[in-house]
Amino acid sequence: MTELTTEPGSAVPVRRSPLRKLLKDPQAVISASLLLAVILLGLLSPLFTDHGPNDASLDAVNADAGTHGYLLGGDESGRDIFARLLASIDTSVVSALIGTSIALAIGVTFGLVGGYFGRRVRGVTEWVFSLVMTFPGLLLLIVLLPVTDGDYRATMLIFGVLLSPGIYRLVRNLVLGVKNELYVDAARVSGLPDRRILRRHVLSVVRGPVIIATAFLAGSSIAVQSGLAFLGVGSSSVPSFGAMISEGFANLYEEPLQFLWPSLMLGIITATLVLLGNSLRDVLEGGRPKPSRISAPERRPITPSSETSVSAPGLLTVEDLAIAYPTPSGELTEVVSGVTLSLEAGQTLGLVGESGSGKTQTAFAVLGVLPSEAVVTRGSIRLDGRELLGLSEGQLRGVRGTSIAYVPQEPMSNLDPDFTVGAQLVEGLRAATPMPRRQAREHVLALLDRVGIPDPERTFTSYPHQISGGMAQRVLIAGAVASRPALLIADEPTTALDVTVQAEILDLLRDLQKELNMAVLLVTHNFGVVADICDRVAVMQQGRIVETGDVLDLFTTPRHAYTRMLLDSLLDEHALRTDRPAANTLKTDTLKTDTLEKEAR
Amino acid sequence: MILYVLRRLAAGLVLAVLVTMITFALLSTSFDDVASSIVGSGATPDLVQDQKAQLGLHRPLFAQYLDWLSHAVRGDLGLSYFTSEPVRSAIAARLGVTLSIVLAALLVTVVISVVLGVLAATRGGAVDRIAQGVSMLGYLVPNLLIAIALVYVLAIELRWFPATGYTPLSENPARWVSTITIPVVALMMSGVASLTSQIRGAMIGELRKDYVRTLRTRGIPTRSIVLRHALRGAAGPALTVLSLEFIQMLGGALIIEQVFALPGFGQYAFNASLQGDIPIIMSISLFGVLLVVGVNLVVDLVNGWLNPKARILS
Repeated sequence: MTELTTEPGSAVPVRRSPLRKLLKDPQAVISASLLLAVILLGLLSPLFTDHGPNDASLDAVNADAGTHGYLLGGDESGRDIFARLLASIDTSVVSALIGTSIALAIGVTFGLVGGYFGRRVRGVTEWVFSLVMTFPGLLLLIVLLPVTDGDYRATMLIFGVLLSPGIYRLVRNLVLGVKNELYVDAARVSGLPDRRILRRHVLSVVRGPVIIATAFLAGSSIAVQSGLAFLGVGSSSVPSFGAMISEGFANLYEEPLQFLWPSLMLGIITATLVLLGNSLRDVLEGGRPKPSRISAPERRPITPSSETSVSAPGLLTVEDLAIAYPTPSGELTEVVSGVTLSLEAGQTLGLVGESGSGKTQTAFAVLGVLPSEAVVTRGSIRLDGRELLGLSEGQLRGVRGTSIAYVPQEPMSNLDPDFTVGAQLVEGLRAATPMPRRQAREHVLALLDRVGIPDPERTFTSYPHQISGGMAQRVLIAGAVASRPALLIADEPTTALDVTVQAEILDLLRDLQKELNMAVLLVTHNFGVVADICDRVAVMQQGRIVETGDVLDLFTTPRHAYTRMLLDSLLDEHALRTDRPAANTLKTDTLKTDTLEKEAR
Repeated sequence: MILYVLRRLAAGLVLAVLVTMITFALLSTSFDDVASSIVGSGATPDLVQDQKAQLGLHRPLFAQYLDWLSHAVRGDLGLSYFTSEPVRSAIAARLGVTLSIVLAALLVTVVISVVLGVLAATRGGAVDRIAQGVSMLGYLVPNLLIAIALVYVLAIELRWFPATGYTPLSENPARWVSTITIPVVALMMSGVASLTSQIRGAMIGELRKDYVRTLRTRGIPTRSIVLRHALRGAAGPALTVLSLEFIQMLGGALIIEQVFALPGFGQYAFNASLQGDIPIIMSISLFGVLLVVGVNLVVDLVNGWLNPKARILS
């Protein structure tokens, strides 16, 4: 699926330092400064208040806000609410510091150990941390009250331990990821000691996610500390939002404001921590994924020129098709610009080009399954004279399966791993051609037999991970031809397969085509495949068709320079494959490296 | 299959033994305080030692633990140090209250999160913003504040629900629903927040997978692709989050029970812990672990049913 991500012509985004980006994000700036202000308020509280948080005065019992020296008034016991509020900030800060530092110290240390050392050490750490994770945190904190004696610092120490599994898993996974990547690299470069590289890489990989997690850890430490204080755990001389909320709650009818202040302050602190954490995540890890609708591609108002053009005879006619994707700045970048193709019933057309040339995009457009971001900016796609562009997903559903079908490139990722092969095929068959379940089953079994699967019954009840890649591709071909489509679109159907299986699959496609008199649009980068199976061929480069013709003509007298280059590369490719390791990707020539990468997969 | 369940149950029992053992070891540091608080004011070191001997707290730690374990296995959880009430019947009476709010919260969490997460992932736009807003709210505002705000608005101002108290389901189902409504809503907020964003993310990832496109090209209706195929693929990670949420809720129930004066497990645990009532504390931790083990087993079984690869691995 490299073609989806490479957008020719789009510039490499300018890298900015994370801190700079963070400073440009209003959410980050506001939440960070609010948090900082609150913390400073707490640390510098003696400057702002005349009374200590535990000083009680009979005069101040339930005093109104603004009473001299009592900015927010006094509570039920005659203590200064403002002073208590500021002192509670300190309690929260201390709780957050203890909770997060313990969680980080334990989690990061063991995460590094578990990720770096071998399976046995990891097994032990894994087991210990899943043990910790099993325990309901708050319950344990309460159960251990006799041990901690209600001291919130001791409680936060234990809570830090309870938070550590999350950090452990995070760090362990990151380290494992780096390690695996390095082993792949090490195999390529060979002989470099990976310990040193690992140490350097791990630090840069782990830093970001750990910073993000820290914000959330601090938030939950504060929330838990307040929750426990609300319940009445701990010394009453330690000011805490929880205790203040609890007292205010009891006094709600007389003095509702006593309850409001601590709630507000606690809300602000936890909210700013979460918002800051989210901003950090967006900056350090990129934004959250956007939903993509399952729908027919968006199509811009059609240009009148294509309406007036005489529709060519034939099964499939694509005229002046252009597909564009929005860039981050909002403009549209064309990946297919003005493709014209035609295909007659029973004929095979090869669509050839390097990856990124737009051939897969063209195929997806015909099927109506372009990614939801894609926009068809102009053109027309007609099947048997019927315009497909502009049809809704529901209308297209009627065409798919019966009129157009699709064989994908990667057999494994194109089967739903959670359903048996049989269930998927039966569902597809019945969607396109309604029939009783039993009949569909018989039909599918016959099809599996037809596509050369030795034990159809067994494959029918197998899950995708239980069959080989070659078998999976046969299954997908069976699924595609199940409802006898008039047009089969095959996108690199042999690229992901072993060389020995490739020829068999091509033979199968050829036989089925004759049997069902299907037209086949074969997307490929491989002229060998084209020569083997196609009648006609269209060469694509950078979103345009540069040359179309009969296979024989094109092979003997290629007119376009690009076609000649592709044909030459056919020879290069074979030469290279015999004397160089597949993973060797020298950037000598984009075309060569591209084909090599595809072969390597 | 049966073998798998048995193996998991055995692992769960080992876990329960370990956790109670660790709890007991930690609690042993407070035996003196417990004994002196039973003796009450005027406790002299001698009286405290006598009390410890009377409770058997003077024996070697491991022997005490084995003694507790051997009784617990036979269903004897001992008597409360302070009320002499049998612990087993007391817990049995309270477990129902806690489980009814936790399980109800879990169920509602699943329903809301699946609906919201799936809609957000497939519709985008306004629904997506609402879903993300709800998630945000659940993350931002501590459970405690949500609970109190709900009590204030729904119970005190609008008088739609009782502010406190509990009516058992067997006594009056309608009243049961109205007494647990606010606690359940308060309890589920953070669960809904994390599960919705988990399902949304997983669904978006799932819908971008290759097989979804292939299913579309077969003419399979979108509804089936989303609900039968993609949701099933997204369910695995969501179930893991759900089991962690259950553990969270079990803890959260403690606070919620206190706010709403529900006579549950949490309140019982809380009071026992304040007093240092060792037999009750040990039983509470035992039940806590067993509940978690049970839920994790159910989650694993559901996951195995949904995801054939997990079936093979287990």
